[in-house]
Amino acid sequence: MATDVHGSVTTPEQGKQVAGAAAPDTAVQVDGLVRAFGGRSVIDDLHLSIRPGEFVALLGRSGCGKSTLLRVLAGLDQEIDGEVLVPRRKAVAFQAPRLMPWKRVWRNVLLGLPGRPERDAAVRALQEVGLGHRADAWPKTLSGGEAQRASLARALVREPDLLLLDEPFGALDALTRIKAQRLVAELWQQRGCAVLLVTHDVEEALLLADRALVMDDGRIAYETTVDLPRPRTVSDPRFGALRARLLDRLGVDGEADEEGTEGQSTDEGADGGAGSGGVVGGTEVVGVGAASGSPAAAA
Amino acid sequence: MTLDQAVARDAPVDVAAESTGPPSVRKGEETGVKSAAGAGRLELVRVDPVSARRWSVPRWVRRTVGPLALLVLWQALSASGVLEAGILASPGTIAATAGDLVSDGTLPSAMLVSLQRVAVGLVLGGVIGVALALASGLSRLGEDLVDATVQMLRSVPWVGVIPLFIIWLGIGEAPKIALISLGVAFHLYLNVYAGIRGVDAQLVEAGQSLGLSRWGLIRHVVLPGALPGAMTGLRYSLATAWLALVFGEQVNADDGLGFLMNQAREFFRTDVIVVCLVVYAILGLLADFLVRTLERLLLQWRPTFTGQ
Repeated sequence: MATDVHGSVTTPEQGKQVAGAAAPDTAVQVDGLVRAFGGRSVIDDLHLSIRPGEFVALLGRSGCGKSTLLRVLAGLDQEIDGEVLVPRRKAVAFQAPRLMPWKRVWRNVLLGLPGRPERDAAVRALQEVGLGHRADAWPKTLSGGEAQRASLARALVREPDLLLLDEPFGALDALTRIKAQRLVAELWQQRGCAVLLVTHDVEEALLLADRALVMDDGRIAYETTVDLPRPRTVSDPRFGALRARLLDRLGVDGEADEEGTEGQSTDEGADGGAGSGGVVGGTEVVGVGAASGSPAAAA
Repeated sequence: MTLDQAVARDAPVDVAAESTGPPSVRKGEETGVKSAAGAGRLELVRVDPVSARRWSVPRWVRRTVGPLALLVLWQALSASGVLEAGILASPGTIAATAGDLVSDGTLPSAMLVSLQRVAVGLVLGGVIGVALALASGLSRLGEDLVDATVQMLRSVPWVGVIPLFIIWLGIGEAPKIALISLGVAFHLYLNVYAGIRGVDAQLVEAGQSLGLSRWGLIRHVVLPGALPGAMTGLRYSLATAWLALVFGEQVNADDGLGFLMNQAREFFRTDVIVVCLVVYAILGLLADFLVRTLERLLLQWRPTFTGQ
């Protein structure tokens, strides 16, 4: 990653590009970043650096400024102080797919690409995310998962050196989310671009990232490398330990939550048991209800 | 029914023993399909599909009955002399007059003149309205300069400026076209401006993140997003154009539909007046049909669009 791919997100005061100031082995370099909304600093003296090809997950409670940081890195928010260096080629996938409803899927994928890109380029990118057959569809006909994959294809077709993902799986159902997470993991391994994934899902962060950051009070309050072998599973004991530590850092009581999730899973088991046993017991329950209801109704 | 079920389930022996039992139970049996009235069996009632139950007149036939009845009543009143020809001609007379007017070329040439006025006014007003809307919709400077002025002028009833237009522009084609343009421009301005300002900011941001230039954003995001508003504006402005045409041609004209009507008024030809009104109505319907077709072509991407 040569330094010349770095374009600075310029602050209005600076108004000029500061290129090539970062070390050669960084994809993102943030120093002393401050972003205030009406006097309240959402990001306060934040420092961050991401290596090329590194997958970083950014966790934090809602409202902690993690999405603001992503918007700053994307160049969508320039009302900032401090120095921010990002690759010139970067792409964003938002929580909502944000496809232009008036453009067919393949035109959405090519939107904003320089020159006169061929339709084939869009179809190739769509095939990568398993959507090659929907290239001519209108966005309104896509399911939530398909729209999100189209949005991902639109980001990837730009061949970014930095991919910014803003809770891209947040609105998906559990099954679709698992598939989408696997897809992102595969694509990242093929592309080798740096990824910043903003999420509030600790498990998602630990399944995908090389490094997990916790943001609090406008800065990176905690960070840990996730040196678990891939592919990762939730059942790995080290995974559980990391999750507990991160949850603790996020202000959720680690121990209690561990029990809570365990309790939840046993609850689910109990539910399942009741459900399967319910066929037998359920009719009984209904029968009792009807029997006990009928005298009252008759009376 | 739940009560019957409950009773039946609660005391199956009773039901089996006294099949002529309590009235509530028997009532259920009468309306229900009799299942083998074994002990403890539920009684099932068939849910009859509506379509199978009764033969129904097609909807369009029912909808035509009202207007047809009105026509028949009108014809009957005219024939019996209750409705004099000097007040309102009979439908038969009107149809005959329409045939005459078409065959001697009066009506087609009048329609052509009127259509031309509407077309020119529509184009002129459309260009002005859309240009102003783009200026104030796309830039804040434009908004400050244009919007307040237009909003102020909008509160002037546009029909009220006819005398001024006559003084300024004489009594030829110019004041008529100016009147139509005025009505059209206001409606298009308001709707296109609202359409531009109503474009989803998230989509604009997505466009920015994709590296679109300012012009690219306008072309690929803002203008397509404003299209639904523009189509609404077009529909309103077409309706306004016909209205302006009627006003404009009533005041002073030596040709066109309005002239035909004025002339007919002088000779108490109510049949000709009604023919002209019908023509106005048909042209209005045609214009609406055109806009709908345009919408179907241009707005097929809209999730809310169900006009297929």
